[in-house]
Amino acid sequence: MLIKGTGQLTKLLFRKDRVKIIVWLTILLAVSLAAAFAYPNVYKTEQDIMAFGLTVENPAMVAMIGPGYDLEDYSTATMFAHEMLLFTSIAVIVMNILFVGRATRADEEEGQLELVRSYPVGRLSYLSAAVIEALIVNLILAFVIAFGLFLSGLDGMDLESTMLYGSILGSIGFAFAGFTALFSQLAETSRGTNVFSFGFLLIAYFLRAIGDIESEVLSFLSPLGWIVRAYVFTENAWWPVFLSFITAILTIGLAYYLNSIRDMGTGFLPERKGRKRASGFLKTMFGFLLRQQRLNIFAWAFGIFLLSASFGSIMGELESYFADVDLIKAFLGEYPNESLTNQFLSLLIGIMALFSVIPAIMSVLKLKSEEFQNRTEFFYSRAVSRPFLFSHYFLFGLIVTVVVQMMIPLGLWSTGSVLKEMGVPFNDLMKASLAYIPALWIYVSLTAFIIGWFPKLSNVVWIYFGYSFIVLYLKELLKLPDWLVNISVVEHVPNFLTEDGNLLPLFLLMGIALLLYIIGIVGYKRRDIVG
Amino acid sequence: MNVIEVRGVTKKFGNFTALNNINLTVGEGEIYGFIGPNGAGKSTTIRILLGMLKATDGKATIFGKDVWKDAVEIHKRISYVPGDVNLWPTLTGGEVIDILLKLRGNGNSNKRDELLERFDLDPTKKCRAYSKGNRQKVALVAALAQDADLYIFDEPTSGLDPLMERIFQEYVRELSQEGKTVFLSSHILSEVEKLCDKVAIIRQGEIIEEGTLKEMRHLTRMNVIVQTKEPIDGLKEMDGIHHLEKRDKEWHFQVDADKMGSVITHISEFGIIHLESLPPTLEDLFMGFYEGSVLSENKRGNR
Repeated sequence: MLIKGTGQLTKLLFRKDRVKIIVWLTILLAVSLAAAFAYPNVYKTEQDIMAFGLTVENPAMVAMIGPGYDLEDYSTATMFAHEMLLFTSIAVIVMNILFVGRATRADEEEGQLELVRSYPVGRLSYLSAAVIEALIVNLILAFVIAFGLFLSGLDGMDLESTMLYGSILGSIGFAFAGFTALFSQLAETSRGTNVFSFGFLLIAYFLRAIGDIESEVLSFLSPLGWIVRAYVFTENAWWPVFLSFITAILTIGLAYYLNSIRDMGTGFLPERKGRKRASGFLKTMFGFLLRQQRLNIFAWAFGIFLLSASFGSIMGELESYFADVDLIKAFLGEYPNESLTNQFLSLLIGIMALFSVIPAIMSVLKLKSEEFQNRTEFFYSRAVSRPFLFSHYFLFGLIVTVVVQMMIPLGLWSTGSVLKEMGVPFNDLMKASLAYIPALWIYVSLTAFIIGWFPKLSNVVWIYFGYSFIVLYLKELLKLPDWLVNISVVEHVPNFLTEDGNLLPLFLLMGIALLLYIIGIVGYKRRDIVG
Repeated sequence: MNVIEVRGVTKKFGNFTALNNINLTVGEGEIYGFIGPNGAGKSTTIRILLGMLKATDGKATIFGKDVWKDAVEIHKRISYVPGDVNLWPTLTGGEVIDILLKLRGNGNSNKRDELLERFDLDPTKKCRAYSKGNRQKVALVAALAQDADLYIFDEPTSGLDPLMERIFQEYVRELSQEGKTVFLSSHILSEVEKLCDKVAIIRQGEIIEEGTLKEMRHLTRMNVIVQTKEPIDGLKEMDGIHHLEKRDKEWHFQVDADKMGSVITHISEFGIIHLESLPPTLEDLFMGFYEGSVLSENKRGNR
């Protein structure tokens, strides 16, 4: 029998994933509810809602979050649906890709499947278990979100609409579970499966973005184009749910067929052969580091550029929009002399700058993970000194910081013809962005420092990073005391948009970064290397 | 001059003593076997020798230089294959070999290609697609393709098939003929037995014996199989006989080396038809140590 033992394997998968499932569902529910409750608080008057409706009509916003409702249909419920549905769906899709990719190709690649298959279980049982797991998780998600929203008792959250909202999330998630199951048959590795699945998600997103602005036909080619046309809370169209579900059935059916005719460990699109010899560049230390991390760095740089570009494109609407919105004012604090756009731009550059240091932190953290995966011993058993390797990872992190950070002014400027009109020169944007670099380098050198002395605690750097983020984002809203704010280094970055920046803090920050790096080397030279 | 000298090295991880006062001496041109069960401290010892771990106490030198302070200098003349080979998943085997050879700077391109062929390794595959044995081959090719004075192998053949194991052994013998020194850790006893001039046995962080195989055999038991015309009496009561067992008409037992004479005298009274006496394999030696105190009993008996 082809599916013998599926029930047991499904239990196994749930046992294995139970913590992850609970975390994902909790976060998705919490964020949805928090957002649903936030809208009535932020948009109190008819006027606020109207202003929102006008803002989201802007093509850049349509490209980002999908076509909106008719102006007179806007209420806090439809605003919630318009702004949250697509992005929540993407989160649900990411969850599905990770779960299904793990339970199909990754387990096959690592040999768990081989072990399982040696027992009396059917050839398609593991795939079936993965599909059933995805189905159950998506069902739970749909019900939890639907009833969560319904029970919130917020204005406009009637049973049918909330059921539709939850069902869309569950069904689009399940559709992508199907695509992932299919891609896991095609690709030979789990990495390949992820590249195909996330690549497909990206294509679906952009197809919808272009379609929503230019021609609806394109949007209908993308599953994401379907769900933004459900008009939850007004028309309540159920066809996107059915279409997603049918898609899931078809892709899963195809995955079953392909799985049943292939050998274990193979894929229909085998890996290409790689190079026999290393190129001269790869043989240098920087070439080696870049090769390891190029995909990650490129993805971050591209993402930061896109985000900046999309913010650049809506900059024009901001002035009038912010004027009405109390919440944003609370975020920014009251500075009556400066234009709101400049303030918003400063906050935006700050947040984006913090984002842009993530790949740099990750690239330095690699030194630790390489060590704990017994790969630095290849270097240290050869004529390579510890400061040499340490410094290369550190310098590489510094460079990554600069490269990714540059994407912010470039992105903002690329679509920001509006900025030009408003008299924000490119130089100022560049200066305001570059001013963050010394502070960002401190995160890089802090990472190096921790790796030098306390490698097991290297993830502590993320706590400090998270703290900086919260301070930056919420200091005005939470009215944090100065000393708490000052712990975060990015708070010491002079603002070149709203004032004539003082250069002294930049040099001080660089000095601190240098110091942390030097102390880090001392520790790294003295301590045991794991492997 | 000795290539490796370890004197009283102790390594503690917190409260755990991984190595307790160990001593090793490896002379130039020797093939030195370092054997012990998993977790005995073999890899820890090697990582101390490579200057990756710092000894809590004691002194270790290679080529007369301090392994911790002069690590980089020493490593210019060392080639090493780790026990658990983890490679960079996105690079191909060929690329990894080239990178590793570049790090030493004196890799031999002809030797590289010859090794790839002998070990039957496809260098165009990504490392993530390699099996354990193939990952090990990548590390072996990189280590053997470069010219060094001391080769350190940490369980180099644990993932290789017997054919590849033999190729590896041929290369090690070749190195030895060229006068190179080889330090080989293993729990595969036949390998050590075939290759090594000297061995050290480590268990629970302590060296329990160091010497040539010949010396060690002398200290322990012989395996004896005997058949006599008349049934033998009194074997059970004799001193120095272990694991006595009767299979069909034959007696199988082990006898302590120093009790051999008296045992032979005793059994010859019963009219020997067939007598076999086999030297202990390393396995026997090893199991003897592993079970506990055979050696120390024997030592006491000898002195």
